Amino acid sequence: MHPVLKTVLGRLGLGLATLFIVSIIIFSAIEMLPGDFGQAILGQAATEETVAAFRRELGLDEPPYIRYLQWVGGAIQGDLGTSFSGRNASGTDRSREVIDLIAPRLWNTLFLASVTAIIAVPVSLFLGITSALYRNTVYDRTINTTTLTTISFPEFFVAYILILLLASLYPVFPSLANVDASTPLNERLYRSALPAFTLTLVIVAHMMRMTRAAIINLLASPYIQMARLSGASQTEVILKHALPNAWAPIATVIAFNLAYLVVGVVVVEVVFVYPGVGQLMVDAVTSRDIPVVQGCALIFAVTYILLNLIADIIGIITNPRLLHPK
Amino acid sequence: MSKLEYRAIQELKYKSGQIDRRTFVRSLLATGVALPSALSLAGQVAAATPKSGGRYRMGLGHGSTTDTLDSATSENHFTLVNGYTFGNHLTEVSNTGELIPELAESFESDDAQKWVFNLRQGVEFHNGKTMTSEDVVASYNHHMGEDSTSAAKGLLTQVKSLKADGKNKVIFELENPNADFPFIVSDYHISIRPAGDMASGVGTGGYILQSFEPGVKSVLKKNPNYWKEGAAHFDEVELLSIIDPTARQNALTSGDIDAMDRVDLKTVNLFKRNKDIYIWDATGTAHYTFPMRLSVAPFDNYDLRMALKWSIKRQELVDKILLGYGAIGNDHPISTANRYHNSDLPQREFDADKAAYHYKKSGHSGKIPLSAADAAFAGAVDAAQLMAASAAEAGMEIEVIREPKDGYWSNVWNNDAKGWCACYWGGRPTEDWMFSAAYTDDTEWNDTAWKTTDSAVKFNKLVKEARAELNDTKRRELYYECQRLIYDDGGTICPIFNSYVSANSKAIATDENIAANWDSDGAKCVERWWFA
Repeated sequence: MHPVLKTVLGRLGLGLATLFIVSIIIFSAIEMLPGDFGQAILGQAATEETVAAFRRELGLDEPPYIRYLQWVGGAIQGDLGTSFSGRNASGTDRSREVIDLIAPRLWNTLFLASVTAIIAVPVSLFLGITSALYRNTVYDRTINTTTLTTISFPEFFVAYILILLLASLYPVFPSLANVDASTPLNERLYRSALPAFTLTLVIVAHMMRMTRAAIINLLASPYIQMARLSGASQTEVILKHALPNAWAPIATVIAFNLAYLVVGVVVVEVVFVYPGVGQLMVDAVTSRDIPVVQGCALIFAVTYILLNLIADIIGIITNPRLLHPK
Repeated sequence: MSKLEYRAIQELKYKSGQIDRRTFVRSLLATGVALPSALSLAGQVAAATPKSGGRYRMGLGHGSTTDTLDSATSENHFTLVNGYTFGNHLTEVSNTGELIPELAESFESDDAQKWVFNLRQGVEFHNGKTMTSEDVVASYNHHMGEDSTSAAKGLLTQVKSLKADGKNKVIFELENPNADFPFIVSDYHISIRPAGDMASGVGTGGYILQSFEPGVKSVLKKNPNYWKEGAAHFDEVELLSIIDPTARQNALTSGDIDAMDRVDLKTVNLFKRNKDIYIWDATGTAHYTFPMRLSVAPFDNYDLRMALKWSIKRQELVDKILLGYGAIGNDHPISTANRYHNSDLPQREFDADKAAYHYKKSGHSGKIPLSAADAAFAGAVDAAQLMAASAAEAGMEIEVIREPKDGYWSNVWNNDAKGWCACYWGGRPTEDWMFSAAYTDDTEWNDTAWKTTDSAVKFNKLVKEARAELNDTKRRELYYECQRLIYDDGGTICPIFNSYVSANSKAIATDENIAANWDSDGAKCVERWWFA
């Protein structure tokens, strides 16, 4: 078997093992949440009787390990269960499948993440490479200061400043990004502009500085000295000799930021009223809608594991020593 | 015909569209009104006359993914406003606070125990079915079934039997007389839906539901066959759940929405400077309380309760916690918006001497724990700190315990583990309803456990008596006494009534009266407002 394939399969196996451990952690963390779903949904209106009826109906009176096995068993077959909300003992069951609840929201989140990534990744790579190229010049310092400034402010602050500038004072973009399934693509892009812009400002610094640092780090290596001595220009040195060896750390940082775009943008979603999966999960935690919380957490875990796996693979296949073992 | 009569007639004609603005202004000029006043009069008449059309977009500070279209689980303001757009009830509370018939054409009772509701005829559901008594009975049974999880189940335990009498009449037989029963049936949970379909959002209301995404938005279209006159003026409606107050205010400022509820009081003064919007507030029945449980020491002591009641600077709480948007309370839950508010009770103020006197008499010493979290109401922890500060002036030590927001209602409120905590009430349209929600000895929510003292026993007797009383003067006397009993012996401290503060774009016109029974014009703004 080719060594790369072997490594990839090994990583995939490790990923699955991680996922299994994560599922146990998710389940036990949710077991430890205080409060009760029946009381959360009925609010002040919960009497002991109605709460007990709810718990029975939802199977919450079963022991935890049985519920865990049921959940994992279902999840393996792609069934994340049924949401707790909308259950009603007296009438028809109107509860929704967790998949149906999560799917449109996840699609929105992935859309926003992709739009942001399409802007942010090339921009940060470009800025990172050029600032390595013109190290310690005014250009380099300006880029560094600006990106560090935008990453230092909390996301909601950046978001409010953008709303103030681009929605209130100069109304170019809408401050509400309330897209839905029927929104056409151009309208969707227009409405998502401000959240995507905010997220770009928040993540560019990390990726850009890692690119810069990885390249600069390599510039001190003997093989770069050799390239220089043989007459390569600075641009050639960086693009042809340094960059190929810098892909591994850069890919790791990009993967990390992409994962963040999927799992960690709840603040931006709230500020722009963007119906993403983060808001769904927070709502679900508030109302103790356990199947939805578990489903979201599992999807987030998969996102992290998958993106890191891809970063690893990129690291391996761009590393000649791993590609051509002796 | 006098000039005034002529003007009145012309005004009516203009309102109903029989004559145009030019003719109206000309007729005013003819009766001797100067041109500028004539023009402004024309403007006023036009503004006061509802016009149809437009897409109304509203941002609401509530809404969650657990929301449904079944009114039985309706629990937040989003579901309330949404429910009133497509559904009607047997009766409704008008924008002036009166009870008026809605899907019932009239209702009557001789003994307050048997209530007959005559239904409006020819009302159609959105699916084309004509509403009959069968639908009304099914809608009520939805909340009354043995296993029902409806939040209105408790309200309807008083109904012994319910039956249809022909197609257009429904008869309720109650366990005990209740003069306020027609008010109960206006409750937002008890929406009338077609039999067999309580959950899909088909109703008889002024708007037809197009799409509903829980926790995100609801889109509706005008019902061309709406039976109610002079209501539902917008062509299309979009209700958006925008939980973040800053996002809501931004959306209104940038014109992405036309109206919003729950203005952030911290920034209301800055918000007011915007010329395109106006801020309005309504003081209704909503109030904040600090219930002391008589089942837990030291709150079983009358003098200690009295000492705490005298040690609160109420106006300070209104100014600092509500930033002026509210009114002071008098330690009972009946607001000035209620029919039988007891205005004879002397207003309780901060009085260090009286507080110290009662405190000494109670014989208590040491810290008095007060649990609070902002889950009770925004600023609950701050309010508790202010109370601790003013009590210290009277020589008492209140220890404020900051509780987690999460699970506050199950672990802290109405729980013997905590003797004293912060709480809020949306209030109720009638005295009896408010008392039976939180003060009588048979309710689960009796958060003060005020059940066994002499005054409490008397109170419970009076509430029952008043419930069966159809004579207005006698009811007033009974309710006055009930309020006095809670004011004196009861376990609740009710220092403030909070106002609903909302903001509208100036494009929105409303009637001069705005209901205060719920936020957003009694949660019925969608059918009551219009674009000027």
